Amino acid sequence: MPETILEISHLRKLYDDLRVFEDLSLTVHEGEVIVIVGPSGCGKSTLLRCINALEDIQGGEIRLRGEPVSKENRNLQSIRQKIGMVFQNYELFPHMTVLDNIMLAPVKAQGRKKEEVREEALDLLKRVGLESKADSYPRQLSGGQKQRTAIVRALCMHPEILLFDEVTAALDPEMVREVLEVILDLANQGKTMLVVTHEMQFARAIADRVIFLDEGRICEEGTPDGFFDEPKTERARKFLNTFTFERKGAKN
Amino acid sequence: MPDLGFDTLLKGKNFARLLGGLGVALKISLVSVLISIVLGTVLGVLRQRENLLLKAVMKLYLEFIRIMPQLVLLFIVYFGTTRSFGWNLPGETAAVIVFSLWGTAEMSDLVRGALISIPVHQYESAAALGLRKTQTYLYVILPQAVRRLIPLSINLITRMIKTTSLVVMIGVVEILKVAQQIIEANRMSSPNAAFGIYLTVFAMYFLACWPISILAGKLEKRWR
Ligand SMILES: Nc1ncnc2c1ncn2[C@@H]1O[C@H](COP(=O)(O)OP(=O)(O)O)[C@@H](O)[C@H]1O
Ligand SMILES: [Mg+2]
Repeated sequence: MPETILEISHLRKLYDDLRVFEDLSLTVHEGEVIVIVGPSGCGKSTLLRCINALEDIQGGEIRLRGEPVSKENRNLQSIRQKIGMVFQNYELFPHMTVLDNIMLAPVKAQGRKKEEVREEALDLLKRVGLESKADSYPRQLSGGQKQRTAIVRALCMHPEILLFDEVTAALDPEMVREVLEVILDLANQGKTMLVVTHEMQFARAIADRVIFLDEGRICEEGTPDGFFDEPKTERARKFLNTFTFERKGAKN
Repeated sequence: MPDLGFDTLLKGKNFARLLGGLGVALKISLVSVLISIVLGTVLGVLRQRENLLLKAVMKLYLEFIRIMPQLVLLFIVYFGTTRSFGWNLPGETAAVIVFSLWGTAEMSDLVRGALISIPVHQYESAAALGLRKTQTYLYVILPQAVRRLIPLSINLITRMIKTTSLVVMIGVVEILKVAQQIIEANRMSSPNAAFGIYLTVFAMYFLACWPISILAGKLEKRWR
C-alpha cells in the first residue's frame, strides 16, 4: 500500500448558514490521481480551497503527511509550499514576467538559489513548450499559455500534491487540449493530484479513482470505468446524462 | 500689433522675479505633495482596518476637508489660528499645512482605491504559493497598487500646483503676486502690461504642469 499523503477526516464546512460539507472524509495516497466531478455548486472548489486553508473549516481535520493544515498552524506557509494549486482563471501576477512569476515563491518563500531556480524554471517551461515566453508578460499570452505557466509555477515549488480546479473551464475549446496534455504528462510522471474537471473523456483517461460529489458528501466513488460505464447511484447517472446527447426519434 | 506689454518683462529683473515666484509655488506644492504621499499612504492603509473609532475619526476628517473650500482652510489656518493662539505662522508654512491636509485626504482616497482594486485572487494565489503576508504585500500587492497610484498622484501634483495660486490671499509672494506687483509698478509707463505679464504667468504654469501631465499619461499607458 503506498503511503498516505493527504487525509481529510470528518470535514465540516459552512458559509454562514449555507452548509457545504457536513462530514466528508477522503484519503489520498502517494502517486494517486483522483478526479472529482459533480454538479455546479456542489462544493468542488470549496474542497480544494479547504485543503490548502484558503477557507476556514468548522469541523474535522485535514492533514498533509500527518501535519494539520489550518490557519492556526504556525507552519502553514511551509505546508502550503507542498500543495500546488492551479486556479480556473490562472491568477498569474500581471506585473511580472512569466519567469518572475515562476521564480518568486521558490526564491522568496523557499529561500532557494536564484540560479538554480531559474534553470529549473526554464527547463520546465521548455517541457510545456513555452521556452520562448519566459520574458513575456501574462497579458501577452493566450489563455492556454497562461494556464501552462500557472502549472509550471506550481510545479517549480516541488509540491507533494497538486490541486487543479477546472483549469480548462475558462479556455477556448482549441486550447483545452494543450493544457490537458500537460496534466496527463504529470500523471504519467507519478505525481499525486486532485483534479476537478468537467472534461469527462479526460477524467476517464487520467483518473485512478473518480469521486462524485453531490449534496455536500461523496455520493459515489470508484474506478473510472466503473463510474462512467455503470454508475451505481441514480444521481450519478443523471449527472453523467447531462454530458451525452441524443436525438430522440431521429433514427426510426 | 497692439502693445501687449511684453517689454515690461525685460525691464530690470522682472522675468527672474516671475520665475522666482513660480519657484515658490512649486516649492509649496512639492513639499505638500511629499508629505501627502507619506501620510496619505499610511491613512489609506489604515482605512482598510475595521476599527470603528478609527473609521469615525477618519470620516470626520475626510468630510471636513472635502466640504471646505481650500481658501477657507487657508484663512482658518493663517488668520484664525495666528489670532487665537497668538503664534506667528509664516504664510508659506500655513500654505504647506493646508495643502498637506488636503493632499493627505485625497491621497488616502487614491491609496484605498488602488488597494481595493487588486482582486482578492491575487492575495489567494500568493498565499497558495506559501508566501507570507508581508511577502505578499511586498512583491505582489504593493507593486500593482503603486502602478495604479503613480499616474493618479501625479495628477494630484498638477492640481496642487494650480491651486497654489490661492496663497496670494494670505500674502505669500508667489508667481501671481509677483505679477501683480510688476503690473502695479509699471502702471504709468506701460499701462497694457497686465496682458503680457499674465500671459507669461499662464505660459509658466503651463510649462510646469504640462510635462507632468505627459508623464502621467505615459505611465498610465505603459502599466495598463
Ligand atoms: N465565499 C463564499 N461565500 C458564500 N457562499 C459560497 C462562497 N463560495 C462558494 N459558496 C457556495 O458554496 C457552494 C459550493 O461552491 P463551490 O465550491 O464553488 O462549488 P463548485 O466548485 O462545485 O461549483 C455553492 O452553493 C456556492 O454558492
Ligand atoms: Mg468551482
